[in-house]
Amino acid sequence: MTTPVTAAPEATDPGAAVTRRAEARRVTGRSKAGKRRQRLEIALFVAPALVLMAIFVVYPVYSAARMSLYRWKGFGPMVDFVGLQNYVRVLGDDVFTDAVMHNFIIVFASILVQLPLGLALALLLNRRIRGRGLLRTIIFVPYVLAEVIAGVVWFQLLQPRTGLLETVLGAVGIPVPEQGFLGTPDLALTTVFVVLTWKYLGLAVLLFLAGLQGVPDELHEAAQLDGASWWQVQRRIAIPLIAPTIRTWIFLSMIGSLQLFDMVWILTGGGPANATTTMATYLISQGTQSGNFGVAGAASVVLFLIGFAMAVAYQFLVLRRDTKENA
Amino acid sequence: MAKRSTAYGRGGPLVYLIAAVVVALTLGPVLYGALGGFRSNEQLARDPAALPDPWLARNYEGVLTNSSFWTYALNSTVIALITTVVAVLAGVMAAYPLARYQFKLREPLFLVFVLGLLFPAAVAIVPLFILITRDLQLGNTWWGVALPQAAFALPVTVVILRPFLMALPKELEEAAMIDGASRIRIFWRIALPLSMPGLVTVGVLAFVASWNAYLLPLLLLQGEMRTLPLGVADFSTQYSADTAGVLAFTTIAMIPALILFLAMQRRIVSGLQGAVKG
Repeated sequence: MTTPVTAAPEATDPGAAVTRRAEARRVTGRSKAGKRRQRLEIALFVAPALVLMAIFVVYPVYSAARMSLYRWKGFGPMVDFVGLQNYVRVLGDDVFTDAVMHNFIIVFASILVQLPLGLALALLLNRRIRGRGLLRTIIFVPYVLAEVIAGVVWFQLLQPRTGLLETVLGAVGIPVPEQGFLGTPDLALTTVFVVLTWKYLGLAVLLFLAGLQGVPDELHEAAQLDGASWWQVQRRIAIPLIAPTIRTWIFLSMIGSLQLFDMVWILTGGGPANATTTMATYLISQGTQSGNFGVAGAASVVLFLIGFAMAVAYQFLVLRRDTKENA
Repeated sequence: MAKRSTAYGRGGPLVYLIAAVVVALTLGPVLYGALGGFRSNEQLARDPAALPDPWLARNYEGVLTNSSFWTYALNSTVIALITTVVAVLAGVMAAYPLARYQFKLREPLFLVFVLGLLFPAAVAIVPLFILITRDLQLGNTWWGVALPQAAFALPVTVVILRPFLMALPKELEEAAMIDGASRIRIFWRIALPLSMPGLVTVGVLAFVASWNAYLLPLLLLQGEMRTLPLGVADFSTQYSADTAGVLAFTTIAMIPALILFLAMQRRIVSGLQGAVKG
């Protein structure tokens, strides 16, 4: 990559030419001293980032794994080694297995609901309609708000009796459960999911729209000349062409759903009757509230393994096709 | 674009109707909050769906004259700024050799950052809490929140910046090298200014993520050190009877993020798209 440098014009003064050549060699890093110097420079450049990640990412993940093998209440030395007992306890705890289930429900519901909805809206916005730019900005607004802020507003909307939603639904004749949507165990998770969809649909629309705008107009025109309908063009040309964007969105959505915490904590705190716990809310309440640090550690490791396994599997089965296509 | 013929790519009435419904559903909750802040609790109780009558400014005045609100806003701002500066600076420094140097460990090193994307903050959160409060004694401080946030923002920063740096023209740097400038000088004087647009993009992403963060501040910050999201959440539980006050507080807390978004819309969008394509 630095090869053009060696072709630097030779100076007429022979002394200068020698220094220039030496300079060029230093630059290309061919001499021994140059190599050492280069290594030093790389280390210097990369060090701050690696040190930060080692302290605040790698070490905590490692200590979560270590913590999971001890019975530890959060203070004093970690000496009470219990082997895999915390894992047995976590995996045998219905609250945790339900939490894993809730995470997976959100993962799959997001893909099954937000993907078609986001795609439909993106196709709609990709038409030449008036106010398209404004529309796109508006759809993206919920994504920019903090989950907490969106959550607090929705919490008010969803309040039984005083919330706006009850009035609106009542006017259309839809009955509202006695305890409100968030207070009824059978409905709470669905309600959380609806709020999450409101919050995150804008991201899907935005990404898909960007992909669609990269589809060349000529393809549309050619298909149109051949008598294809609007829907046929979208289905056979536009959607397949943005498939890599869709696959990446699915990946991001999966990882996000597995980590779900803020919205649940604000809307329900995991309740009612643990109907909306997620892995993240479980390990927070075990760790910082109940002081069962070993159990929280085991839950962390399980969360990490599930996320890692899904990421690797998805990469292997689906995303790999994209890198191959690009190569 | 203009060549695309009629009725094909254009919207009929149905398209506009769908668009109107989407806008209403999207903005409805936000407007409910903003308008609710102009009402009294008594008005809200009488009819949750009505407009303010009369319009009252006192809830908003109450928030704006509340010194805690300004303290939270200050904390949020400082923490977001530290997070952004640290993440962008460390990120661009790491991305630079990964983009410009040839060395054996280049791809494995880059892979470390890619893998970093897979470590959700939630996994590390409990040990992180112990590390920061006990070992580093940084609990309830700006740096205690900003440094780990920067560390978790690094992977995406490096992953976006590396291709960006690779795409910059090399000629200027090479010319400077022949003139005897050191790599570090070249980095500061040439590469950094040239990559400003990319730095702004990752900077905005890091800032917004920090501004909106909840989990880590929730564990680490108390009292006067709390950030706006914590303030909003606590206010809404503490004064749950004062719905109008909660709505006013929440609405005002939304404004900075919305302004930042509108001002930086193109940067945020291109950053997210870059992250997806990368």
